[in-house]
Amino acid sequence: MHTKSISELARGLRAGDFSSLELTEHFLGRIKQHPKLNAYVTVTEQQALAQAQAADKRLAAGDPSLLLGLPIAHKDIFCTLGIKTSCGSKMLDNFIAPYNATVVDMLNAAGTVTLGKLNMDEFAMGSSNETSHYGPVKNPWATDCVPGGSSGGSAAAVAAGLAVAATGTDTGGSIRQPAAFCGITGLKPTYGRVSRYGMVAYASSLDQGGPMARSAEDAAILLQAMAGFDAKDSTSVDRAVPDYSAALTQPLAGLKIGLPKEFFNADLNSRIAAVLEAALAEYRTLGAETLPVTMPSLKLAIPAYYVIAPAECSANLSRFDGVRFGHRCENPTDLTDLYTRSRGEGFGREVKRRILMGTYALSAGYYEAYYIKAQKIRRLISEDFKRVLTEVDVIMGPVAPTTAFAIGEKIGNPMEMYLADIYTIAVNLAGVPALSVPAGFLDGKPVGLHIIGNYFAEGRLLNVAHQYQQVTAWHQHTPTL
Amino acid sequence: MSLTAENVIRIAHLARLGIDTKDIESYTDDLSNMLKLMAQMRQLDTEAIEPMAHPLDQVQRLRPDAVTENNQRELFQALAPAVEEGLYLVPKVIE
Repeated sequence: MHTKSISELARGLRAGDFSSLELTEHFLGRIKQHPKLNAYVTVTEQQALAQAQAADKRLAAGDPSLLLGLPIAHKDIFCTLGIKTSCGSKMLDNFIAPYNATVVDMLNAAGTVTLGKLNMDEFAMGSSNETSHYGPVKNPWATDCVPGGSSGGSAAAVAAGLAVAATGTDTGGSIRQPAAFCGITGLKPTYGRVSRYGMVAYASSLDQGGPMARSAEDAAILLQAMAGFDAKDSTSVDRAVPDYSAALTQPLAGLKIGLPKEFFNADLNSRIAAVLEAALAEYRTLGAETLPVTMPSLKLAIPAYYVIAPAECSANLSRFDGVRFGHRCENPTDLTDLYTRSRGEGFGREVKRRILMGTYALSAGYYEAYYIKAQKIRRLISEDFKRVLTEVDVIMGPVAPTTAFAIGEKIGNPMEMYLADIYTIAVNLAGVPALSVPAGFLDGKPVGLHIIGNYFAEGRLLNVAHQYQQVTAWHQHTPTL
Repeated sequence: MSLTAENVIRIAHLARLGIDTKDIESYTDDLSNMLKLMAQMRQLDTEAIEPMAHPLDQVQRLRPDAVTENNQRELFQALAPAVEEGLYLVPKVIE
């Protein structure tokens, strides 16, 4: 049951092959069987069973929602009423969210069953899941390797069949890179497409929630239930949500695929390049045309990102002060001691590093040289995307420079970890949507293909991914646990 | 550009962030390396470029000044480490 698609499960529920309660018990059983993956921070068994029983009643009454009764799980960055929302941090280890994120409310309304909350890098800062207060998630394809990050728990849970699908968030690649490392399909929507209300903020001008699923078809169904305007999020975009599933079947004949020279250069690992070339050959067979394009500003994406994201993080994380919620130190001597020690004890190393960097970049005398400069470069990067996307329909390239690396291999060298975000970060700076689809394996570990589209072209991206998944089977491979 | 340990101590103070004395050296190195990376931005002349704050250049919406939320003080204060009579408790600030 855990390898079936959302539409297969929806049909099975309606044919009476199994109930939502049975399906939910099956997934809860699998979660209990595989605790070593460390994908979940919290399993909400009693709530899941109650939601499943409610879903069975709605099913009996003929409710047509495709997601009704399907067990999913949320990245622990989304607030869930009455349930611990840790964001992977000691700071929020005692935080029981007093409300639901809009995304959680929307998926609840669609009838999903929440199995629990998924492990992640602390405050979504990391590319390997190793910065989590709850320890690293293991990659289901190679348990000595990282699942990627920061939505590593989400990717590992979907890949291992511990949830039908999952929510994730992407600030610099945090949906796409773990999706690539774990062999699933993950989509970062256009900035503003999915509500950020109730999603713990890291870098507010970059953060965006999205679906992580077993296929583009499943991702389309999940995104349909997540996307839309939300008056509670001041950056939410008021624009109609198209029918993503209806867009999937469009043929790809005549599709123009741009291949940035800045991605396909001598720095690209030759074995990853060979996997990508095979995927591009499939696309040509489907009638698509590939064209070289240039995006000269891409080379400055990493420095610009590592100014903007830490700057915004240092402002956002100033709310964690040990006064109103979250961790508080013992016996503070005065108010400064209360703030300083509560924050010092509650945050891990990577979060501290980024708060320090951001505080410096925003401090008097440096704001112009760093933050404003980075925002100017951000505009150049977005102009590169806009220009190229008038010449081609989508851009393709690698998601990450390598496949999943070993746990412990990079955590001691933060710069090396940052540089590995090279292919994903520019997309967040521009705010365009992008996804990762499984495109092959190297040494038994999945490789992802990166597909980037124009603003609000999520339907086109899912279509381009779905057509590939009709002629390939990479997304159907499952790890042996 | 490199930072000194004193710079890092001052930044940590600005952020009200406790850091272990033994970690100051590694934070100093990490931040100096990050600044070297950021120096690459200077390669590009951006004099005439407008900074971009929102990917869609959208402006913040305004809404009518009407009460839309109920007061949930007890629910929210239940999360606080120390409260008394509806107030958050902190160490004494004024003698």
